[in-house]
Amino acid sequence: MSLDHSPRPDAIAEARRQSEICNACRYCEGYCDVFPAMFRERVFSDGDITQLANLCHNCRGCYYACQYTEPHEFALNIPAALANVRAESWERYAWPSAVGGLFQKSGAAIAAGLVLGIAALFFTIAALGQSEGAGFYAHLSHTAMVAIFAPAFLFPVLALAIGVRRFWAEIGGGAIRWADIREAARRTATMKNLSGGQGQGCNFENGDRFSNARRHAHQAVLWGFLLCFASTASGTILHYVLDMPAPYGFFSLPKLLGVPGGILLSVGAAGLATLKLKADPQLGATRRWGGEMAFTLLLGFTGLSGLLLYAATGTGLVAPLLALHLGAVLTLFLLTPYSKMAHGAYRFAALVRDAQARR
Amino acid sequence: MTLLTGTVWDVIVAGGGNAGLCAAIEAAEAGARVLILDAAPRPYRGGNSRHTRNFRCMHRGPLSVLTGSYEEEEYFDDLLRVTKGKTDEDLARMTIRMSEDCLPWMEAHGVRFQPSLSGTLSLSRTNAFFLGGGKALVNAYYNTAEDLGVTVAYEANVAHIVVENGHFTGLDAEVDGQAQRIEGRALVIASGGFQSNIDWLADAWGPAARNFLIRGTPYNRGRVLRDMLDQGAESVGDPTQCHAVAIDGRAAQFDAGIVTRLDCVPFSIVVNKTGRRFYDEGEDVWPKRYAIWGRLVAAEPDQVGYAIIDAKALTDFMPSVFPPETADTIEGLAQKLGLPGNALRETIDAYNAACRPGPFDGSDLDGLSTEGLAPPKTNWARPINEPPFYGYTLRPGVTFTYLGLKVDRTARVSTAAGPLDNVWAAGETMAGSILGEGYLAGFGMTIGTVFGRIAGQEAASHVA
Repeated sequence: MSLDHSPRPDAIAEARRQSEICNACRYCEGYCDVFPAMFRERVFSDGDITQLANLCHNCRGCYYACQYTEPHEFALNIPAALANVRAESWERYAWPSAVGGLFQKSGAAIAAGLVLGIAALFFTIAALGQSEGAGFYAHLSHTAMVAIFAPAFLFPVLALAIGVRRFWAEIGGGAIRWADIREAARRTATMKNLSGGQGQGCNFENGDRFSNARRHAHQAVLWGFLLCFASTASGTILHYVLDMPAPYGFFSLPKLLGVPGGILLSVGAAGLATLKLKADPQLGATRRWGGEMAFTLLLGFTGLSGLLLYAATGTGLVAPLLALHLGAVLTLFLLTPYSKMAHGAYRFAALVRDAQARR
Repeated sequence: MTLLTGTVWDVIVAGGGNAGLCAAIEAAEAGARVLILDAAPRPYRGGNSRHTRNFRCMHRGPLSVLTGSYEEEEYFDDLLRVTKGKTDEDLARMTIRMSEDCLPWMEAHGVRFQPSLSGTLSLSRTNAFFLGGGKALVNAYYNTAEDLGVTVAYEANVAHIVVENGHFTGLDAEVDGQAQRIEGRALVIASGGFQSNIDWLADAWGPAARNFLIRGTPYNRGRVLRDMLDQGAESVGDPTQCHAVAIDGRAAQFDAGIVTRLDCVPFSIVVNKTGRRFYDEGEDVWPKRYAIWGRLVAAEPDQVGYAIIDAKALTDFMPSVFPPETADTIEGLAQKLGLPGNALRETIDAYNAACRPGPFDGSDLDGLSTEGLAPPKTNWARPINEPPFYGYTLRPGVTFTYLGLKVDRTARVSTAAGPLDNVWAAGETMAGSILGEGYLAGFGMTIGTVFGRIAGQEAASHVA
């Protein structure tokens, strides 16, 4: 633990104030990983607070259990305090820094990004004209797709890696062991930090009543996204390694992974968006609500447009749906380091750091 | 909201804390139409239960989060020790025995438990901690009650209980600023002590009480208790007895809860405003002593004390909410705390000279005692000589008062003429029946749960 108290945004000072009160109470120890991590410290450096913020999954159990929420003078609201620090930290770590805050805060910016992404694809498809490939390659050749999406995938990966490196340095992360990653992966796979500590779930969409709705919706999005990703990866392997180019039939790896993935992603994102409408915005980063909501909808739209594209196989709708879907994918990829999507990387890093601290 | 008048409620529960909620749930499960009146606005509902953290529970083997066993005799011995025998053995033993069944009942009604909190391992065998603390318990009970169809009115101040010929018929209350007569067939009084009524406290204690801090809800003003006593209800308990601990003197007058407690006393010396020590700070482990220090400090001039530690002791206890005053010299610290510097220096010199070498163990009685010092410090006595030095101001913090309604095994309230037909009491308002003095951590919630459940069952069977 460092004692670095260099000037930082007010969000960190507020979260520190609240954490010092929590540390004298400790009633919430059993809800999630944040509180045991908090209670290992007596003095909170900026890095400590940032780590706690990224460890927090915003389940809100601590808020509804808190004897010190407003109107009490201590005015504790740990979910909001940590959400603000978290969002600011992603903006600070973003590379290039100039893009940091825009898409997190602004749903309109994300919508504009989506329109631009789709328009770019329409324009490309129209400009390149019919190609010789089969299936959707008839509309956009494999070479053109790779030319667009390889950089659109690799750039965000690089940008996120730089961001996470900055995060890791600030929180004082150590040498990573395989066991730390395994532990973080276990907690991610089960969304342990949305379990309420005992499987009762979050206090999210229905005040102080617990429910697993958000945990399940998030699981659907997470696994749906991973399945879609695996579907694309399997297609790449089929194409390059096994020389089996698309289109693929239903009983092929890309479709068997992609169709359930798309369904999970769309349904899960719809669920998350619905729950977010019911939840109290004051327990999150209020100034980023629009950006978060737009990003959730973008995720769902990506999954849904992919499914529609598949359903439209052989019809005249393939070309426009291809532009919609690929435009969404393009936007999703490019915005990943600068939007709510970035939380996946930082959250995982925070879980790895927490596993280190616990061992 | 539902109209409270123009209907005869089966059971009216005055007070929406742990005891009242247990009563309401039991009565509603038995089929009664139940109304809870809570004096607080919704965010502060739950009385002092909002600030609690655990439940002391008898168990003959591992039970839920509780380790080992904690049997009736040991539990009762612990109670006898803290109350110095001032208890009602029959009621106490009944409460202890029933606590074992209460824990699964609590779980079945939404309460979740967690392993003993960090810094409280000494309680892992005897006390089951609520996941999220008392407010989470209160929320769970309100949700359960709501699902059972119980009606709740917040900001409902009961002014007068109408009892005619030993029979309750209704009460006068101000709800949402409007005075109304609410009729009922049975009443459960679960409205706590009177500690937040500072005038009443000053009547009992003298003007010193105006320097007391109230750790919990400001809404326990004792109106129902006063009204019942004025109507001849039998009382129990000494009005000067209460659960009082020494808390940080900078706490707000009301409702600061757990975070202002100071666990530093065993590792400190405590002086009064003249800079002199007045009690053995190391008499026993803190969970067995914290509840006497409120009264000790209350007996000192201006009801204030000062705990002094040095650098090596700073991490031996749980942090509290306000950072201590700090200085590099004893005189500097004395100045910051407003203490006479020479006197504090003399006290510390004499104490340091009386310390003996030996191994220090902050987690258990280590026998590291002073020699030839009055009063002695019988454990954890290490010289205070490593700057910086730290000081905390201590004030008496009252949790709840013990003067209350006398009840029998069925939680029934009596007057000199005999038991009332249809009035029961539960929780802090009758805890004096069992706690004559002193306190045992987590026992208030035990009394509230046991008697709340009994009162709810009795009231429901009366109206069935």
